[in-house]
Amino acid sequence: MRLTVLIFTILVAGSSVLWLETNGFQAFTSERARRLAVTATPKPLPIVTLQDHNGREFGFADYNDRVVLVDFIYTRCPTMCPIMGARFRQLHRSMENISPDKRYSLLSISFDPEHDTVAVLSSYADTFGADGSSWRMARVSDQAKLDFLLKELGVVIIPDEFGGYQHNAAIHVVDRGGRVAHILDYDVSSEQIQQVVQQL
Amino acid sequence: MRPTSYTVSFLVVLKNTLKRIQSTTLACLLFLVLLLTSKQLEMTMVGHVLIQLPLLVVCGWLVTPSLPSRLESAIEKDNEYGIPGILIVIFTVLFWMLPRSLDAALASPFMEFTKFVTLPTLIGIPLALSWPLLTPVAKGFVIGNLLSMLAVLGWLYTQAPIRLCNYYLINQQQQVGNLLLAITAGIALYFTLKCFFFDKNLEVGAL
Repeated sequence: MRLTVLIFTILVAGSSVLWLETNGFQAFTSERARRLAVTATPKPLPIVTLQDHNGREFGFADYNDRVVLVDFIYTRCPTMCPIMGARFRQLHRSMENISPDKRYSLLSISFDPEHDTVAVLSSYADTFGADGSSWRMARVSDQAKLDFLLKELGVVIIPDEFGGYQHNAAIHVVDRGGRVAHILDYDVSSEQIQQVVQQL
Repeated sequence: MRPTSYTVSFLVVLKNTLKRIQSTTLACLLFLVLLLTSKQLEMTMVGHVLIQLPLLVVCGWLVTPSLPSRLESAIEKDNEYGIPGILIVIFTVLFWMLPRSLDAALASPFMEFTKFVTLPTLIGIPLALSWPLLTPVAKGFVIGNLLSMLAVLGWLYTQAPIRLCNYYLINQQQQVGNLLLAITAGIALYFTLKCFFFDKNLEVGAL
């Protein structure tokens, strides 16, 4: 009897710890966990000053009452960032078919401000067709503020052996209140994005 | 008891005590080294997953013979057939197998502390205390499960197109995956050879 009770207690305690650690057996990676966390409780964006590819300074608050899709990039990236750039270009073009009140803005933030100057971003924006209004390429020149922004959103940047970086490739959906409300895969369909935007 | 018997008993006790002191000293030294080299080992996924974590378990295993005999017999009384102990081991292993737990240990000092405490105390010590108590069937079950868990994890790390741990590069993840598969194959081969070729009279309990 004593053994049965002990085994039962360990089974319940062990399962409970694993349940809590994995958000109810849903999140085995920290990437999945951060996505579930913002969906459950949208996360307000910190106040940071961004500089777009035309050299204009702005903040997240300037998007007042508009949904923004944000991705994090660096222009030297040979792999994920061009793919995400192409995805954003698709989304940018598809907005022509959306009624103005349902449109959203696109924002690509570089996490490599030292290399990605305004001039470099401007050339990168030309490559992908970012127009500077509904799609901006931007940088955060204050490294401490950039680090804070990345930490708040759970974006982890690690240097690779080729002098570049590996990072979370995802689309951060910012709601009309300036909070990250969803984090989606970069290859999610335009229809799914439209659905998410309409809910916000 | 004759004087020679006293001498023999004394020598046996002395030998066992020295062995215990040796094993505890080794465990403490190993723990200290792991503590001091934590940043270096955690820089690579191989260092973190395949060196630091197993060695922390070894620390717990080595320190077990030095536990006070009262505590050991109290644990043994509740640890019938080694089942409660091995269950604690399995749950703790499952927890630290999660990529999320590895990331958390790197991101949060509290989780790093938890790792250094739980691996020796909730895997190393209970494993050392429970393994001799397990029935042959239970030992076979544990080894079989360990091999399948390692193989699945290794396969997952080699095949996943994305980083499962945010703090490690994808090629490091694949490296760990390949090594896990190699370790699994090595353990499986060892037991296969031992059971079927080298020791035909071997009982599972002797594993």
